Amino acid sequence: MQGLVQKALGGHIRSIARIITMVESESPYTEEIMKLIYPHTGNAHIIGITGSPGAGKSTLTDKLIDNFKQQGKNVGVIAVDPSSPFTGGAILADRIRMQRHSVDPNVYIRSMGTRGSLGGLAKSTYEAAMILDACGKDVIFIETVGVGQSEIDIVKIADSVCLILVPGMGDDIQIMKAGIMEIADVFVVNKADRDGFERVVAEVRIMLDLVKHGNWTPPVLTTVAEKAKGLPELTQSLMDHGKFLSESREGLDKKLKRITIEVEEILQREIARFTERTWKENCTPELLDSLLAKKTDPYTVAGKILEMVFVNN
Amino acid sequence: MFGKKELQEIQELKRSYEIAVEKVLLKNPERKKEFTTVGGIPLNRVYSPEDIQDQNYGSDIGYPGDYPYTRGVQPNMYRGRFWTMRMYAGFSTAEESNKRYRYLLAQGGSGLSVAFDLPTQIGYDSDHPMAQGECGKVGVAIDSLADMETLFDQIPLDKVSTSMTINAPAAVLLAMYICVGEKQGISMDRLSGTIQNDILKEYIARGTYIFPPKPSMRLITDIFGFCSENVPKWNTISISGYHIREAGSTAAQEVAFTLADAIAYVEAAIKAGLDPNVFGKRLSFFFNAHNGFLEEIAKFRAARRMWAQIMKTRFGVTDAKAQMLRFHTQTAGCTLTAQQPENNIVRVALQALSAVLGGTQSLHTNSMDEALALPTEKSVGIALKTQQIIAHESGVTDTVDPIAGSYAIEALTNDIQTMAEEYIRKIDDMDGMLVAIEKGYVQKQIQDAAYEYQKAIENEDLIVVGVNKFRMKEERRDLQLLKVDESVGRMQISKLKKMKETRDNIAVQNALEEVRTAARDESLNMMPRIIDAVKCYATEGEICGVLREEFGEYTENIVL
Amino acid sequence: MAEDKIRVVVAKPGLDGHDRGAKVIARALRDSGMEVIYTGLRQTPEQIVETAIQEDADAIGISILSGAHEYYFSKVIDLLKEKEASDIIVFGGGVIPEDDVPHLLEIGAGAIFGPGTPTTSCSEWLKNAVKEKRAMETR
Repeated sequence: MQGLVQKALGGHIRSIARIITMVESESPYTEEIMKLIYPHTGNAHIIGITGSPGAGKSTLTDKLIDNFKQQGKNVGVIAVDPSSPFTGGAILADRIRMQRHSVDPNVYIRSMGTRGSLGGLAKSTYEAAMILDACGKDVIFIETVGVGQSEIDIVKIADSVCLILVPGMGDDIQIMKAGIMEIADVFVVNKADRDGFERVVAEVRIMLDLVKHGNWTPPVLTTVAEKAKGLPELTQSLMDHGKFLSESREGLDKKLKRITIEVEEILQREIARFTERTWKENCTPELLDSLLAKKTDPYTVAGKILEMVFVNN
Repeated sequence: MFGKKELQEIQELKRSYEIAVEKVLLKNPERKKEFTTVGGIPLNRVYSPEDIQDQNYGSDIGYPGDYPYTRGVQPNMYRGRFWTMRMYAGFSTAEESNKRYRYLLAQGGSGLSVAFDLPTQIGYDSDHPMAQGECGKVGVAIDSLADMETLFDQIPLDKVSTSMTINAPAAVLLAMYICVGEKQGISMDRLSGTIQNDILKEYIARGTYIFPPKPSMRLITDIFGFCSENVPKWNTISISGYHIREAGSTAAQEVAFTLADAIAYVEAAIKAGLDPNVFGKRLSFFFNAHNGFLEEIAKFRAARRMWAQIMKTRFGVTDAKAQMLRFHTQTAGCTLTAQQPENNIVRVALQALSAVLGGTQSLHTNSMDEALALPTEKSVGIALKTQQIIAHESGVTDTVDPIAGSYAIEALTNDIQTMAEEYIRKIDDMDGMLVAIEKGYVQKQIQDAAYEYQKAIENEDLIVVGVNKFRMKEERRDLQLLKVDESVGRMQISKLKKMKETRDNIAVQNALEEVRTAARDESLNMMPRIIDAVKCYATEGEICGVLREEFGEYTENIVL
Repeated sequence: MAEDKIRVVVAKPGLDGHDRGAKVIARALRDSGMEVIYTGLRQTPEQIVETAIQEDADAIGISILSGAHEYYFSKVIDLLKEKEASDIIVFGGGVIPEDDVPHLLEIGAGAIFGPGTPTTSCSEWLKNAVKEKRAMETR
């Protein structure tokens, strides 16, 4: 495993792709890989791109790649699409709009299916971003699924969250309700060559006045992604936010919070794993019968299982 | 359409008929629980006057040549002149295709239909990296006026009508055709033919788009405007349901999405200041003739009636010619099977018959070997003979619209119209076809239908003879297949190189800059500048290259 | 491993826009539980191969109706070799004359599915092919 990870850290694309797969499929090597990766992380600027379907997330990402490349950055993209809850299959088609970058050695694009995760992200999106970070990407875009409430997960893993709105979709209000207004660091009104974009800009500004901010006031920018209009400004804003984080108390808080969450999540996951295993080992037909006959109750059983988990480990 | 008393009698007869049916069903159940058309329209066991009782003969059906043209656009239809037997052809180099065209004309074909190779359709010259491996494969490679001159060598352009399947770069190819005419001494007002020029269906079904919708629509309306004044006999667009159907739509969707595209073109042209009574006369349509024989006939009739109503009520068009839906038909390529290919001759014959009974103005019949490769001369010959047999031997052409008044046909015609109007209403609610395409609505409907169709074949709900039933063991294919040599690309590139050395390159650069200026200024019509560029042998790739720089390129919108 | 999903790139090489088959097969593979990376139209062999590598795909499915199959299959297969990624399975379909199939298999295509092939045969074949491939790998 060490060899593979070393190759990945050296920028070997196939190795990077392979270890992402291993982590994504919860291979037994996951822990080992992440331990090897971890010391090399912390250099990349992770940018979340979120917004409703049809807002132009992929097209905007495609153009952002150009702009960050011009700044001499090495770019990674993780594009998340929903998996079918019935078959587990997925069609991952976000990269269609970025295919012209696929042969660029300084751009790595990876599609992920949500695989049962309910948020706008896949279960291992964060780990994949860490891997790209460690393997030399300066900027990592994470394009979310884009379906309302669940989108707020992005704030847990991205340094900067960029929310894309469009005129005439009628769903801007939905997004505002979903609490995404509070988490976005940069607002973009895309397709700003259409009627009604000024109204969306004005609405966002009004909403922003109602929300409390620290020392960063989220800018509201307009773009026409298809024509690459407004992209230099957006790029600058995102870079400014990255700089702000690296220099401010907010940035440090964000990092501390993320590390805390990370540990908590690992704990939860491990406890869940042990608990589930212990439960499966002890879930005898006799026990189920006595539950059915009300000779015992689920609380007592669960209590006993927990006892076993903590005593055994 | 029937008196009250008559209808009562019919209903009484129906009751005793139903009793008789019950008895039969007790003994033997029917083959299926539910019968539907290929496109999923429920079919009654039997149709009677009751099913079309609300219909008014005068206003809903009418006589041939009369509004709403349900029975056909000419008063006497094929008793006057048969449809144009127009075989889509073209492959390899201009020389090779020229030979095939002259063969087809000698065989009694009455019009040409040019197939271009993919680089030509997408505005790349043969030496472009994206053209590698594609030159001359699915059609003829045309880079410049020089190739076009060869393509129509010894074919008098005032005697034939030529249809060109070209969309995104239609303006360039039309310009070349006009220049070839001029060299033959034929002025452009004497040229007749069609360019497909239908970009919307490229976005939703066929895939040979170049530019984004807005500049594409402008190119189209520029062509409308230019031809209204200068090439009056030219059909400036062939609004195509064919490819929508090939991509997997149902018959009703084919009608709906084609007419919705047409509505978008008419709206754009009106917005550009053109008169629908004038350009409306030069709109033509292109439909698919698929397997469901009755449904297809009904589809053609419904489309004709709907278009007349749309032009009259939605756009206030008063000119009768501009209300008429004139259409070309091609039999359905997607129904051809690679297994037992000879069976395709029969499929094509039935499909062609439905187009004739549906009142088509021109027809292409597919060749039996097209699921395997491009057709050979022999198989093309059989396909053309199939049309001649329908025209001369079947007798269906001797009385106008013989199938009208069939209760089933009239009822199905109404069903298709109802379903298609529902789709058009949805598209209107979305603010028109451009938005519906951008949202992926149309693409999704077509893909869903395509997937259902595939599943129906796999579950054997739909039977395809020789594929999922009546298969034969140990099939030996002894068909001769046409193969396009890989050397075509090399030959084409060396021709192109030579041509570029001999032309006046300064004139070319100046002409291209003129094209650029026109592209930037919407008040200018682009056609005259494109003609000037073509005339000094600017290549298709150079002209489209300038337009790519000015207009940008379209990326498909996938909704799966 | 908890989940060993099959990942497959479905691509339309070249200029051919007939994507009904590609889309139907993409859906069918998804419905059989695979992750399908759909690249869309007009892909160069280089783009297809890079995509498969970045996505760590098990297989590449290409659909060609334009007659350019000889060119695209050999180019994709050669590039995979060049990138030391020949373990990625290449299969395809479209309008491909039977006579051309043996040569495509010879140069390294895993399977060619002609017109009329049920989508289930294709997904079953792919599942088995990936299983064999993974068994041979020491991951």
